[in-house]
Amino acid sequence: MMGFVRACLLFSPALLAACSYPWNDPYPASQDQANIFYSSFRERPKHLDPVQSYSDNEYQLIGNIYTPPLQYHYLKRPYDLMPFTADRIPQLTYYDKNDRPLPDKADSKNIAYSVYEIRITPGFKYQPHPAFATNADGRPTYLKLGPEDLRDVYELRDFKHTGTRELTADDYVYQIKRLAHPRLHSPIFGLMSEYIIGLGDYAEKLKAAAKELPPGGYLDLSQYELPGATAVDRYTYRIKVKGKYPQFLYWLAMPFFAPIPAEVDRFYSQPGMAEKNLTLDWYPVGAGPYMLTVNDPNRQMVLERNPNFPGEPYPGEGEPGDEAAGLLKDAGKRMPFIDKWVLSLEKEAIPNWNKFLQGYYDVSSISSDNFDQVIQMSGAGEPQLTPAMERQGIRLQTSIAPTIGYTGFNMLDTVVGGDSERARKLRQAISIAIDEEESISIFLNGRGIAAQGPIPPGIFGYKEGEAGINHYMYDWVNAAPQRKSIDYAKKLLEEAGYPDGIESASGTPLIINFDTSAVGPEAKASMDWLIRQFQKINLQLVVRPTDYNRFQDKMRKGTEQMYSWGWNADYPDPENFLFLFYSPQGKVKFSGENASNYSNSEFDRLFERMREMDNGPERQALVDQMVEILRRDAPWVWGLYPKDYSLVHQWLYNRKPAKLAHNGLKYQRVDPQLRESLQRKWNPPIGWPLLVVAALLALGVLPAIIVYRRRERSGALPPAHQAT
Amino acid sequence: MIAYLARRVLYAIPILIGVNLMTFALFFFINSPDDMARMQLGQKRVTPEAVQKWKEERGYDKPTLFNAGARCERPLFGWSAAPKLCQEKLTDTIFFEKSASMFWFDFGHADDGRDIAREIKLRMGPSLAVTIPSFLIGLAAFLTFALILAFFRATYVDFLGVVLCVAAMSISVFFYIIGGQWLISKLWHLVPISGFGYGLDAWRFVVLPVALAVLAGAGGSTRLYRTLFLEEIGKDYVRTARAKGLSEARVLSRHVLHNGLIPILTGVVVAIPTLFIGSLVFESFFGIPGLGSYTIEAIRSQDFLVVRAMVFLGAVLYIVGLILTDISYTLVDPRVRLQ
Repeated sequence: MMGFVRACLLFSPALLAACSYPWNDPYPASQDQANIFYSSFRERPKHLDPVQSYSDNEYQLIGNIYTPPLQYHYLKRPYDLMPFTADRIPQLTYYDKNDRPLPDKADSKNIAYSVYEIRITPGFKYQPHPAFATNADGRPTYLKLGPEDLRDVYELRDFKHTGTRELTADDYVYQIKRLAHPRLHSPIFGLMSEYIIGLGDYAEKLKAAAKELPPGGYLDLSQYELPGATAVDRYTYRIKVKGKYPQFLYWLAMPFFAPIPAEVDRFYSQPGMAEKNLTLDWYPVGAGPYMLTVNDPNRQMVLERNPNFPGEPYPGEGEPGDEAAGLLKDAGKRMPFIDKWVLSLEKEAIPNWNKFLQGYYDVSSISSDNFDQVIQMSGAGEPQLTPAMERQGIRLQTSIAPTIGYTGFNMLDTVVGGDSERARKLRQAISIAIDEEESISIFLNGRGIAAQGPIPPGIFGYKEGEAGINHYMYDWVNAAPQRKSIDYAKKLLEEAGYPDGIESASGTPLIINFDTSAVGPEAKASMDWLIRQFQKINLQLVVRPTDYNRFQDKMRKGTEQMYSWGWNADYPDPENFLFLFYSPQGKVKFSGENASNYSNSEFDRLFERMREMDNGPERQALVDQMVEILRRDAPWVWGLYPKDYSLVHQWLYNRKPAKLAHNGLKYQRVDPQLRESLQRKWNPPIGWPLLVVAALLALGVLPAIIVYRRRERSGALPPAHQAT
Repeated sequence: MIAYLARRVLYAIPILIGVNLMTFALFFFINSPDDMARMQLGQKRVTPEAVQKWKEERGYDKPTLFNAGARCERPLFGWSAAPKLCQEKLTDTIFFEKSASMFWFDFGHADDGRDIAREIKLRMGPSLAVTIPSFLIGLAAFLTFALILAFFRATYVDFLGVVLCVAAMSISVFFYIIGGQWLISKLWHLVPISGFGYGLDAWRFVVLPVALAVLAGAGGSTRLYRTLFLEEIGKDYVRTARAKGLSEARVLSRHVLHNGLIPILTGVVVAIPTLFIGSLVFESFFGIPGLGSYTIEAIRSQDFLVVRAMVFLGAVLYIVGLILTDISYTLVDPRVRLQ
């Protein structure tokens, strides 16, 4: 009906004013008042296979599809692990080298391996999928397909039959084995092969087995046992981890450890499937609250409620303030609340922003271009919405991301690197000169906090207030950190042997090179600003912009002097930040994540102890020592912890920023009636300008017609007419 | 004419080889296979082993143009006198393996495993949904405006039209797009700002980009056509037509337009096949899932196989366009013969 109304009014400006339906609604009329959550995406996901996927934009999708045994509490902060498909937080038992169990408080030196026993709650079922379809006699319908069977198949929906089955412990074990699959690229295989017993050898075994198969032939992982992962019974499995690795629990909350049924792997491995792009990387199969029903990353991705998901109660507790924010109103109700999530591709910021303002996207981030339109600072310096945004009932949500953006020194460099007092003072002087607070204010509209060390707020080990400041760079003045003066930085520089930026030994000015992949007008402004920071202490900075490939090349070879980079946490543990300074993670020597190639034996020793400890005062003391070493050595200019700002429309409830919890869709709820009524109110079609344009055109044409007629009736053409 | 066309097709082969070589050289001058692997494997925890594995699986571990270490089995062009030069040294390379199949339109699979030919097929529709109406409406509108200006030559109408044309040419296409989206979609709420629908629903999404594409191209094209028509208007046959007592409208539409079409065809017919390629800017701003955005994405994600397929397709379509232009000359001008 609505389609008809739209169509009949298409070119009828006179009727425009009489029609109140929002013509600029980008969604079909069939979705009116539907229980749908609308948002956008900018970059198409590269991988949806949980063994390969590792990016935020991929996790926001598969986090709602797959069911790892654990998940993060949606409301509590700091982040708290809780069971998802597991019936409880896994039981952990330590063993010595003679396979004798050890007590919970055993010294980590005596622990040869740890066993995580995970019991799955019965009743979780996979989404409907052709891999589970069976014939009348109970045999799989689509597990022995030939090229003829796939002739008219281009998408998963072309298979007529689907089925389901209950999730079992074998599926979890199967996925752990897939980490070592020779045809897959799991980014955590290297790390996990250091911990999961036998995973490295298992990869070699699979590699040899794959060579015996025809290209693309199905490699049945169930035929090969992995000592580090075994199913005990239908609902219980065990993972054996070398030594003590408390952070392993966090990995169990990530899709890498979600279940994959062997028959799904078999289904997608059939000849001709990959050629038709029918792969697990494109069509995920999970038992979570949602399933991917449309995967058209050129235009739209759609997640719909998995009819087989048993449901889950909304949490009844959170952090202080959650109740007042209305986040506990749905406590105890069955989730998920939303039926469908429609993500539309928006490559450009302007249409994305305008569609949010029109009410066609339920949430939005804030770009720098729109910042002043959206945010104003209160008298206390707190960000608040402008009156225009408040009139629309938009809510602002801010959160500190478990992320750090930093400027690093290459510790292998002969000038800025090394552990000499000279180099240390030079690094400290530069760190003081780069006014991070100013940078945040100019380039990020204040959306960030100047970092005092490597650990962001919300992560164990972070300290607030005076106890948390970097005394090498800041003083505590008037209950706030104050950056040390430029004079002090110059003094450090002089002590380092560079008075006034001149190298005492050679008498030549000190020139520092800065490598960056940031190019374009915006980057130019920030690079010009950076050069000015160095000029404050009479140092010369040469910015060497390059494309990201060359930049990575330089980083791998260690030819850079200074650079800027960042790190997003995998999990909320200080180990996930401090490992960025651990020697065996050195970028040049070991291709690891220690981009500054920092090496300090004392730090390494403390790190090895700290990573095996449970959170507590003793661990905090170790973290403090390590952070102190880093602050003194200054391998990084301690950049910033970014602050995420997001906007939410009034019809969306229960949304809370949760950067590490990727399955937030099931908690959220929309009021489609309110949304539609506001969309109508905000988007009345305005037809009169078209009438005006038509009238102006007519006015323009009329004299022309008159002139034409007059000219046609005249006897001869005037001479002027023949000139061109 | 058939001999001429056959010759043109044969000429196209070295051109396409050259295009392939250039694309290959430019791409690999900027990106190494290692860069491509890292782009596909992500940013975090990428090991050299994973990079090597990715390259081996896709054949990017081979030499780029010449494989000196290849084991010789087949002599080059059957020339057994030079056993050191064999086919394998040329064929067991990245260039040959990734580019030769282009000539029988086997585009292969993108780095992420998707069938490129199918992607092109799927995306062609949305591209054409914008480019064909823009082209047809634009052509009709520009010719009409140009004829009107020619009719009112040397009057205030002509002057005003030329001023408007120059103004329209001076404005960036981005201004038209952003301004159009702001005015039509945001302020007047008449059509969606961006997005795409299939079937009958598509018109709501293409009407604005089509209108803006026509508007953005109006200045330059109208001025060009006006100039061409004015040139024709001064010729003897036009004066003769007028002397016969034909109305000015008839003179313009039957004689001036017909003869003015020959130079216009040069620019117009060649553009027809390239309509399939879509528009990079419009598709990006309006969220149209066409081939323009496909190409841009491939360049961003360093997907050589898609880039080389799209460049090859563009080159083929351009050559087809040039051949069609030649043929069209013979249709509008009986004096032209293709030999």
